[in-house]
Amino acid sequence: MKELVVISGKGGTGKTSLTAAFASLADNHLLCDTDVDAADLHLLLAPRIAETHDFIGGSKAVIIAEDCSGCGLCKELCRFSAISDDFVVDTIDCEGCGVCRAFCPEEAIDFKPRKCGEWFVSSTRFGPLVHARLGIGEENSGKLVSLIRKEAQIRAEQSRLDLIVTDGPPGIGCPVIASIAGASAVLIVVEPTVSGLHDMQRVAELARHFKIPAMVCINKHDLNEEMSRDIENETQRLGIQTVGRIPFDPAFTWAMVEGKTIVEFDPSSELAETVNSIWGTVRSSEFLTKKEATILPIMK
Amino acid sequence: MIISVASGKGGTGKTTVSVNLAASLETPLKLLDCDVEEPNVHLFIQPDEMVSRTESTFVPTIDESRCNGCRKCADLCEFNALAVIGEKVLVFPELCHSCEGCREICPEQAVLAGSRQLGTIETGSWQHVTMSYGRLRVGEAMSSPLIARVQSIIGDEDLVIIDAPPGTSCPAINAMKVSDFVLLVTEPTPFGLHDLMLTVEAVRQLEIPCGLVINRADIGNEEVYRYARRESLPILMEIAFDRTIAEIYSRGGLLVEHSNDWRIRFGGLFDAIRDRAALEEVGR
Repeated sequence: MKELVVISGKGGTGKTSLTAAFASLADNHLLCDTDVDAADLHLLLAPRIAETHDFIGGSKAVIIAEDCSGCGLCKELCRFSAISDDFVVDTIDCEGCGVCRAFCPEEAIDFKPRKCGEWFVSSTRFGPLVHARLGIGEENSGKLVSLIRKEAQIRAEQSRLDLIVTDGPPGIGCPVIASIAGASAVLIVVEPTVSGLHDMQRVAELARHFKIPAMVCINKHDLNEEMSRDIENETQRLGIQTVGRIPFDPAFTWAMVEGKTIVEFDPSSELAETVNSIWGTVRSSEFLTKKEATILPIMK
Repeated sequence: MIISVASGKGGTGKTTVSVNLAASLETPLKLLDCDVEEPNVHLFIQPDEMVSRTESTFVPTIDESRCNGCRKCADLCEFNALAVIGEKVLVFPELCHSCEGCREICPEQAVLAGSRQLGTIETGSWQHVTMSYGRLRVGEAMSSPLIARVQSIIGDEDLVIIDAPPGTSCPAINAMKVSDFVLLVTEPTPFGLHDLMLTVEAVRQLEIPCGLVINRADIGNEEVYRYARRESLPILMEIAFDRTIAEIYSRGGLLVEHSNDWRIRFGGLFDAIRDRAALEEVGR
């Protein structure tokens, strides 16, 4: 089984629109959305949710006022300044380390695992989708990402699907690391802007750090042809293949408004043809076709 | 006053709004890029000289001559950053959240303070702007500690503009929570609206007043306007899609340097934010 993760570094370069288009073109695959705090893939895929599961993340401290003697030890030990002068824990600042609970002489601190979000298994017109919703302001996005990737792998295995296409999150931090660790390849969607180039360099470095092969697709390439050339030169320098260029086209937005992929929106358009050919290049790349079994270590 | 510029969805124009808002003003201010995973402000506001400082955080190291393998540290650690194999304590520094509980609980004083590099903070001056941004080390998973370090230069009387990271999880919340006003940049598309709704929910939990900037206002549909009306969210600025804007942005240019109209419009945006924030203050 192979796993392709679509990422970008910079947000808003077209990851989700492209992933959805790939979903409409791929065979024998399962979809996964690991952008768990601002997931959008479902807006194009209109999933019918078949399973809903709670995501139990880390614990947060709650001081039980009637048991508290006000000794102040917890406040002194908290490295996250999460405890107020009148001994109330700020749930946003609480890191969930449990140090206050461990040291409280009155055992006045409650520290139980909490529901931090939900994850779903759904069916879509392009196959099964594993997705999730992290609660607002919650931590542990990496843990939720690892969980749904593992579930996606189990389900793909059970249904004998040989490819997982994953819509990844922006950035280079915790949820991105959890999304790409052990994947077969990443596709970096980049736009020809100074920030697009800068952010691509960082996310490409991240992929190299975790030894994940990368490919690059330039979206909206005609907004700045010179910058597109700079990006191609940079990918060449990094030894990364540029699999294609997509022109700026408002049809992506029109398709989104109709809840369709760009391929469904206008199948005979040049744009759909371009996306189709990029998918062909990505799908036939050695990273997704090599015969040897790919073992996918999952971050805990 | 601290204004943070946030969005939920990435690529809606947070950085465009942050840098142009900062550049349009004349009073001294601090512009802080708290999108430490992918900082971009410095590509638009370029001080002649930047000072770079490395930021690190606590991780345990074990003094094996003192450790008796009692496991108290590993039992306490919620993040699996410590494990005991036989009588030897193994440290996984990348998993450590720097709570220092291991050091507190060790009866043998065998846990010593080591460090893990979070990244760097780069600071410089450009015209009336003191610009500072965090640059997360590639491979570092936790961005919130570095965000807090970037914000540590905020003084009581400062005018501050924060460019926040996308999303609604801890990094975005940490970037926004110190602010007096959140400016939400969105686009009138299904993705833009969906992620805006999540961010508004987050901002309301934080009890911070907010207003909208609608970017690429003429693409997409009317839904975001309906939502804004329904939720009584003020629309403080609309920016129509214009290829010229996209091209200026792509080169790292500033709209307010391109034309005086933009300088006036962003100045107007600042006035609108100040008025809104003052109104909320009175309302409390």
